[in-house]
Amino acid sequence: MTLIHTLAVENLTLGYGDRTVIEGLDLVVPAGRITAIVGANACGKSTLLRSMSRLLVPRAGQVLLDGKQVHRMPAKELARTLGLLPQSPIAPEGITVADLVGRGRNPHQRMFSRWSAEDDEAVAAALDATDTASLADRSVDELSGGQRQRVWIAMALAQQTDLLLLDEPTTFLDVSHQVEVLDLLTDLNHSRGTTIVMVLHDLNLAARYADHLIALADGRVHAVGAPHEVLTEETVQAVFGLSSRVLLDPTSGRPMMLPIGRHNVSVPV
Amino acid sequence: MTTPTTLNPAASSVAIVRRPKRLRSLWLLVSLAVLAGLMLASVMIGSREVSWAEIMAALGGSIDGFGPAAVATRIPRTLLAVVAGAALALSGAVMQGVTRNPLADPGILGVNVGASLAVVCGMAYFGLTSASEMIWVAIVGAGATAVFVYTIGSLGRGGSTPLKLALAGAATSAALASFVTAVVLPRNDIAEGVRSWQIGGVGGATLESIRVVAPFLLVGLIVSLLSARSLNSLALGDDLAAGLGERVAIARAAAAIGAVVLCGAITAVAGPIGFVGLVVPHACRLIVGVDHRWLLPFSAVLGAALLTGADVLGRIVARPSEIDVGIITALIGAPFFIYIVRRRKVREL
Amino acid sequence: MTLERSVADAPLLSTAQVVARGRVRRTARRRWVIAVLAALIVLGYIVSLLVGQTFYSPAEVIGVILGQDVPGASFTVGRLRLPRATLAVLAGLCFGMGGVTFQTMLRNPLASPDIIGISSGASAAAAFAIVTLSISGTAVSVLAIGAGLGVALLIYALSFKSGVLGTRLILIGIGIAAMLDSLTAYVLSRAAMWDLQEATRWLTGNLNGVSWAQTVPVLIALVVLAPVLLGQSRNLSMSQLGDDTASALGVRVERSRLILIIAAVGLIAFATAAAGPIAFVAFLAGPIAARIVGPGVSLLVPAALVGALLVLVGDFLGQFAFGTRMPVGVITGVLGAPYLIYLIIRTNRAGGSL
Repeated sequence: MTLIHTLAVENLTLGYGDRTVIEGLDLVVPAGRITAIVGANACGKSTLLRSMSRLLVPRAGQVLLDGKQVHRMPAKELARTLGLLPQSPIAPEGITVADLVGRGRNPHQRMFSRWSAEDDEAVAAALDATDTASLADRSVDELSGGQRQRVWIAMALAQQTDLLLLDEPTTFLDVSHQVEVLDLLTDLNHSRGTTIVMVLHDLNLAARYADHLIALADGRVHAVGAPHEVLTEETVQAVFGLSSRVLLDPTSGRPMMLPIGRHNVSVPV
Repeated sequence: MTTPTTLNPAASSVAIVRRPKRLRSLWLLVSLAVLAGLMLASVMIGSREVSWAEIMAALGGSIDGFGPAAVATRIPRTLLAVVAGAALALSGAVMQGVTRNPLADPGILGVNVGASLAVVCGMAYFGLTSASEMIWVAIVGAGATAVFVYTIGSLGRGGSTPLKLALAGAATSAALASFVTAVVLPRNDIAEGVRSWQIGGVGGATLESIRVVAPFLLVGLIVSLLSARSLNSLALGDDLAAGLGERVAIARAAAAIGAVVLCGAITAVAGPIGFVGLVVPHACRLIVGVDHRWLLPFSAVLGAALLTGADVLGRIVARPSEIDVGIITALIGAPFFIYIVRRRKVREL
Repeated sequence: MTLERSVADAPLLSTAQVVARGRVRRTARRRWVIAVLAALIVLGYIVSLLVGQTFYSPAEVIGVILGQDVPGASFTVGRLRLPRATLAVLAGLCFGMGGVTFQTMLRNPLASPDIIGISSGASAAAAFAIVTLSISGTAVSVLAIGAGLGVALLIYALSFKSGVLGTRLILIGIGIAAMLDSLTAYVLSRAAMWDLQEATRWLTGNLNGVSWAQTVPVLIALVVLAPVLLGQSRNLSMSQLGDDTASALGVRVERSRLILIIAAVGLIAFATAAAGPIAFVAFLAGPIAARIVGPGVSLLVPAALVGALLVLVGDFLGQFAFGTRMPVGVITGVLGAPYLIYLIIRTNRAGGSL
């Protein structure tokens, strides 16, 4: 049974070198739901996610998991609760799928402990959940983009965390694989109650799949809430500097953004 | 003065238009003046100071007395330093343009070691001794190594990234250096000759050796300078350059040949001198920008000045003996190299 | 046995069993390889004690080891061959383990300590000590070790810019190596003939005339530092996934990296101080081990054993296979160089990781 965890950010300031990317940010991630973070390039989405998973130390403010500061927690303890799939993960040459997914068990293993049946079970469960069991003995190098991404998600699943953060999980995939991955994440959320936070660059997919949307602009939260509250023409203009029409998507009942450029656009009715 | 901080020269192409021609000409004149001053210093300074009168006498051809005799040895040395510096800097600038790689330098690409191996084999197995034979052999060795390193450094995704090229060069250098050791170790007869050659210095310069190497240098110089315009196009990427009407493969090959001939010829006469080809073009880019029509001549002048200055330094610092110029360039060049690496965003590398 | 079965058949193996089977297969292969390598090393060790310009019988050799005074053998085997063979194995273990640690950590088989400046540092210090300071023996070793460690820390510090990135470390290492190599060349150019000979001998990697005094420090280093590395072996495996993923899996990346570097450099520095920089052993042991053991398992022990075997065999060949005595460094250099080049080609073509 997944425990309810609260992940919150208070007055967070982040930066690289002498550049400040995020300033004075406050945020709460709703437990057990799917949250998507959207915004223009270099607005701080990835930076925020990295800080929430402890990869980046804040200049000011704090990231709190269940009220405890994330940067003060022991690394393995955090890794048992919060999982992260970074943007361009690296797979060692020649590694098999089962082996890679098995690496996800690291937070649960002590220094010289042996591999246990429980570990095998966890890996197997992760493979089954992502429908990659048939690929178990294959080399990761040989897989297609969608398959590989599913394998990475399986690794994160094997960690058996209650929260899963994903940094642009769909960016390099073609559209069918994008939908495949997002459907999988939704299954995960519905069946296990895993809290999911993902950075997405596609506004429409974000609106369709997320329960909770966060729009960042210039290192600040511009809008927060349910998709129909956040995805408005005003938000798109403010965050992306783009005029648009926002309609109701007939296939999902969620809002859908249609960009308005300078050509091939008929006069709005 | 804006400093181009992006690595891709094309991104600074707008800067080419902006930089006033007058400023560049001014800098060129300044560096020529500096070079002339250094050449003078090189002739005057050494284990024994000389006076104007003695210099004049020596130039007039007489070698009576210690003064003019000293000058008589220093003139070829100065000349070689100037020529070597210019050739190496030019070679480096061209290589960086051809490979679009900020870390390309004959030394890092292992070209020196390749030339060494060729020369050593020539000495050991073919009994070569004459300077011109060695030069040909060195050029062949340099060229083969450059091609080899570039090829294997370009395999795989991403083509020839600076890191892959540097590693390929370093690993090849290590491999070839092993071969050099293996060839030289059992051969005591050539050991001394090899050792003195391997340091990299202009100390043993004679007018004769310069005369031998001059035609090669001239060819290399002309080919390199003529490829300036092509290098500007190549900087935009192969595809774009082809779109601009450039015959990419030929232009690249021609420029590369020019660079390799310059570098191989100098290595044959002065031994391996590293980092000049790396450091000087970068410094020049900060001053005159990335237009190769200015960058190449400027690099040559600045390179000549640098090497002459390094040679003078080597003679002053360790009186009465001297430090070979190859060592000074490494000691100055390596920190600069590290500075470049630290400054750039690693992803760009 | 494939997993493809039609829907009608009941699956023969559950997913968990497939996973377990794969894992068992990998570890079994690794154990086999370790056993075979260890056996070969023992064999090589024995052979190098028995065989030489004079052949001694096993009985005589055992007598020497037990401390008895066997005429002829006591000196040759006890004073010459025993320390030499032992150092060959120990140094090989150090080079192999240290080298593979760097290659795994930096995710690039070409990023070997030979190339990124550590051997250059030890060499420069040794050349300086022998030629300029005119010292020899233990003092040279101490300086070499200190220099190796010092250079490693310098490279680490220089590449630290809110975290150390592998690429930067490698490039800076190459730059420092170039600087140190030219320093070495300078020192050598100033050397008197016999200093030069001794320095060159040291610099090629040489086991001639080694004594127990040189062997024991390496043993101590191995006993102290190898367990440290082995303790970090899981973290090392995790670091193959990239710093971000490793951190997300609970590895304290910077701390782990520092420990790994210090331990690996320590091993290499001590081995270099005793035997000189034996070319390419640190470079090649890891990739060779990776090929025979296969992907996904810890390479520390296999690479160490491969290193020991390389040095042992190289030294033996150097002594007896050719007309003149060649130092082990030349053998490993000449034989290693083509494999090295093959490795570069293969690495770049595949995209580069260990």
